[in-house]
Amino acid sequence: MEILTRVHAKNFVEWAKDKPEVIVLSADLTSSTEIDLFRDTYPKRFFSMGMAEQNMMGFAGGLTREGFVPCIHTFAVFIYRRAYDQICDSIAYPNLRVRFFGFLPGVTTPGGATHQAIEDLSIMRSLPNMTVVECGDATDVESVLDAIHDVDGPVYVRMLRGEIPRLFAKEEKMQINHARVLSQGDDVTLISTGICTEEAMRTTKVLRERGVSIQHLHVTTLKPFSDPLVLESLIKAKRGVITMENHTVLGGVGTATAEMMAENGIGKRLIRIGLQDTFIHGASKPYLMREYGLDAIALVEQVEKLIGAKLNISENDLAAVRLDAVHSEAKAEAL
Amino acid sequence: MTWQSETQHIAHNIRRRVLEHTINNNGGYLSQACSSAETLAVLYTKVMKLNPSDAPMIPPPFTGVPSKANPRYTGAAYNGAHTPDADRFFLSAVHYALPLYSTLIETKRMSPDGLAQFNRDGSTVEMIGAEHSPGLEVTGGSLGQTISQAGGIALARKLKNESGRAFVFMSDGEYQSGQTWEAIQALAFYKLDNVIIYVDVNGQQCDGKMTEVMNIEPLRARLESFGACVAQVDGHDLDALAASAAIAHDDQPLVILAYTDPAKGMPILNSRKPKLHYVRFKDEAEKKLFAEFLKTM
Repeated sequence: MEILTRVHAKNFVEWAKDKPEVIVLSADLTSSTEIDLFRDTYPKRFFSMGMAEQNMMGFAGGLTREGFVPCIHTFAVFIYRRAYDQICDSIAYPNLRVRFFGFLPGVTTPGGATHQAIEDLSIMRSLPNMTVVECGDATDVESVLDAIHDVDGPVYVRMLRGEIPRLFAKEEKMQINHARVLSQGDDVTLISTGICTEEAMRTTKVLRERGVSIQHLHVTTLKPFSDPLVLESLIKAKRGVITMENHTVLGGVGTATAEMMAENGIGKRLIRIGLQDTFIHGASKPYLMREYGLDAIALVEQVEKLIGAKLNISENDLAAVRLDAVHSEAKAEAL
Repeated sequence: MTWQSETQHIAHNIRRRVLEHTINNNGGYLSQACSSAETLAVLYTKVMKLNPSDAPMIPPPFTGVPSKANPRYTGAAYNGAHTPDADRFFLSAVHYALPLYSTLIETKRMSPDGLAQFNRDGSTVEMIGAEHSPGLEVTGGSLGQTISQAGGIALARKLKNESGRAFVFMSDGEYQSGQTWEAIQALAFYKLDNVIIYVDVNGQQCDGKMTEVMNIEPLRARLESFGACVAQVDGHDLDALAASAAIAHDDQPLVILAYTDPAKGMPILNSRKPKLHYVRFKDEAEKKLFAEFLKTM
């Protein structure tokens, strides 16, 4: 598996080259959100707003009304927790084209409860006019800018930084409200988001070897959540559905899936892997994923529960899995 | 006729119209009209460079909240076309909507009949104005948000080399809010001297006297220490209000503190102190007293 570094930093500079209306607002976390290269390349399009997020949202709204496309860069928690009222009235109500790049989702930071965004998708999803997307690998990060560029209204992007794996073929770009089909099957349908997809891919590979037929989708768009691929996959699952997210199970992909199942009369079991209505604390990503049941072995346990059989898969079996960038099988089945 | 007598006449009519409306509707933001009448009148007749209104004299019905299917529109057209040299007006204290609508009427930008829609279902002439309301450009009902939005617009206009300025009308209560100070800090940092803020320092807020709710003084010294150029004037003195906008303030936002009397021109209001935020008559007798006073205006 290919591991890339500073994907957003390089990609954003290249992408913004011929878009003079694109500007960046930063709240004192410029290097930490990989937007330092943009600052150094286009200093006149970079605006340092200091640790003052509420005012930053108002400025962003005003700049948008005059034709600019402000891209806000800071840690996710400081976007939606510190300045929700301002996002709501100064940006979301008037449906302005502001882009929020929220870093450090859930377990990806040892920064503790103050830095870990665990309910951002829930809050942003419930805000009218907001589009909500989450990146899960380097291809997502590289293509999210184009994917959201034409969205007429505010977009919240749950972003990754630092070392990021490439799970999906480089040329298969993220598309709004269009899931990636990573494996096909009809015993269990698994819908994963963000960094959980890499964990899930380890598990599904072993599960297939043990004869479990799994339909695995990687979902990037949390709102709108109306992809026919997802609905078809929920309908075909014989034993039930599992969702897997680096987020509280209240309001994220687990909730969105439950809503879709209920609204379409899909009466099947649903297991939501994610944070079970709990805060987390400062520790490493592998430790937190194990501690809170978000990793590959946690998925094995839940699949066993759903199918009612032991699969005898060990942590070593999962660790031995070698992942290659996959092509989405969406086209193959023409769903 | 001098501009002063003309503007004073408009200020008087703003008070009279708001009182009349308050009596007819048994409630209204009356003290706000008393404290702000001269400031609003001076801004619209003497200080701001606005184009003629582009909007219908009678505001059309509300067409729904903005969404991907329903493009947003604002009430800024009542303040004229957005040409590069035109000033913009931002009412931050949007519970002053009634005094603003009255100002638009007195300056012939809106029909007196438009006020009949005030607070009526399906109308844009809302009690707490939002961006679709006549004379408004942004949504600022959660106080303290307008100054930042106006700051973003002022920054954008500097980037586009437009000469028009942003006039923001604020209430003093907003200086209790952290966002206001974040905004002043940013306006100073980005040298946004195209922002001019008039503050109605009437010393009143919802719970009563500001000095008993949360003190903001010394406001002038606080603002100066944040990097603003500050003028302090009698908010009922037309010459002082007008002259302040011309104070040199290169590279600094200009804040004009207009100290006002919330019962100015309506001494009958003094009987209701210290609760002046929203006037609803206690009984028919009180309403009659105010109606009698209206006849003398």
